Amino acid sequence: MDWSIIIDNLASYRSGFFITLQLVSISLFIGLLMAIPLAVIRTSKNHFVTAPVRAFVYFFRGTPLLVQLYLIYHGLPIALKFILNFYGFDESQNLNEALKDTIALKYMWEFFKEAYFCALVAFTLNTCAYTTEIIRGAIEGTPFGEIEAAVSCGMSKLKMMRRIILPSAFRRALPSYGNEVIFMLHGSAIASIITIEDLTGVARIINSKYASPYEAFIAAGILYLCLTFILVGGFKLLEKKWFAHLRRD
Amino acid sequence: MVNLEYFSFIIDYLPIFFEGAIVTINVAVCSLVFAVSLGILGALAKLSKSRILNYIAQIYTTVIRGIPDLVLMLLIYFGGQKLVNLMTTAMDIGYVDINPFIAGFLTIGFIFGAYMAETFRGAFLAVDKGQLEAGFAYGMSKAQVFFKIMFPQMARHALPGLGNNWLVLVKSTALVSIIGLDDMVRKANIAGGSTQKPFAFYFLVAIVFLVLTSISIFILGKLERKYSIGVRKV
Repeated sequence: MDWSIIIDNLASYRSGFFITLQLVSISLFIGLLMAIPLAVIRTSKNHFVTAPVRAFVYFFRGTPLLVQLYLIYHGLPIALKFILNFYGFDESQNLNEALKDTIALKYMWEFFKEAYFCALVAFTLNTCAYTTEIIRGAIEGTPFGEIEAAVSCGMSKLKMMRRIILPSAFRRALPSYGNEVIFMLHGSAIASIITIEDLTGVARIINSKYASPYEAFIAAGILYLCLTFILVGGFKLLEKKWFAHLRRD
Repeated sequence: MVNLEYFSFIIDYLPIFFEGAIVTINVAVCSLVFAVSLGILGALAKLSKSRILNYIAQIYTTVIRGIPDLVLMLLIYFGGQKLVNLMTTAMDIGYVDINPFIAGFLTIGFIFGAYMAETFRGAFLAVDKGQLEAGFAYGMSKAQVFFKIMFPQMARHALPGLGNNWLVLVKSTALVSIIGLDDMVRKANIAGGSTQKPFAFYFLVAIVFLVLTSISIFILGKLERKYSIGVRKV
């Protein structure tokens, strides 16, 4: 082990660490926000309503995150081009040329083409699918007595959802959601494949620069390990707080 | 109207693509076998009375489950290559390349062995202790008790966890394309590069993975029913 390699590159490890954190936290946050309404829709009894959600969840849980990332990385520019064509830019026109006058659109185009944005979209959709399934399971596990009580109190469906079903479902979903967060943290390492310099990406660059795989990857691995421990500990604390009424002591 | 001519390029690549699909399945099955063996060993080590074995198993499962698969894979692949190079120069043999197939399935098996160890530990604990004692009382040897009493009953408890691990494992095999194994994802990568239509090929990959996972879920359901014959449901 040559420690100087790690010490010389501490700054890049730090920036990679924060990019990983940023990617994971943004996608987890948006994914969770999207998953709640989707999970509520998924529990509906109408098959036509649940079908699109089921298809979405089936696709994103049945394929590797890497393939999803590639699909979005290569598919997003096609989709954007299609939209732009729809608004009157034709194929023959150079897009940069065509967008020269509309600065805002041009910047948006530049941003959407970025690998970072693609990774964000892929991770968000992936975690959204898994979280939808977790919350659906939790909603379906609601004790029927609670629902009967809410109905007999004269609550409307929306109020019952907001006040009774969702709060208790979140509590039941917490342990599985903790696993999902760890899973997402580990899955985010894939971002390095589409040239994003996250923690793994930085380690890969350092490995190819110094030809020293042990130092480069073990340092990254230890950082991931620390993050995992912190997250596991955090979720344990949260569980202790949320399940306080169930503790017997 | 969809122009079918547009899709003809996919048909040209289908044979190569399915070769890749078979590599993917091979890697998955080989790593499953390796992971299950490691998992059973790990579970036995965790449950054994030896302190040292307990510690080793504990460190193995904690560290492996705390680090992303990709980082471990890169570490084992590049690190293993470096180790082999050092050894070959020390022994004065020519350059030896690590076979990416073996590296891939050993790495995935090594990673999933840690998850399997947890699954099997729970399953071993779920077997009624009285049954094992009854086995010993009949004069069975330790191995006989393990294979005739422990294992058949453990299988039922381990199956749901094993199935989940298998589904995750199949999807993890996509990562071996990064260390140079010619699996389905890498074939799609190459074909997409040469035809300039990567999206179509990755979509095909996604569909094959969906088919693989759907078949797996179906078979796992059947197996679960088979192993729970005689178990009364609530």
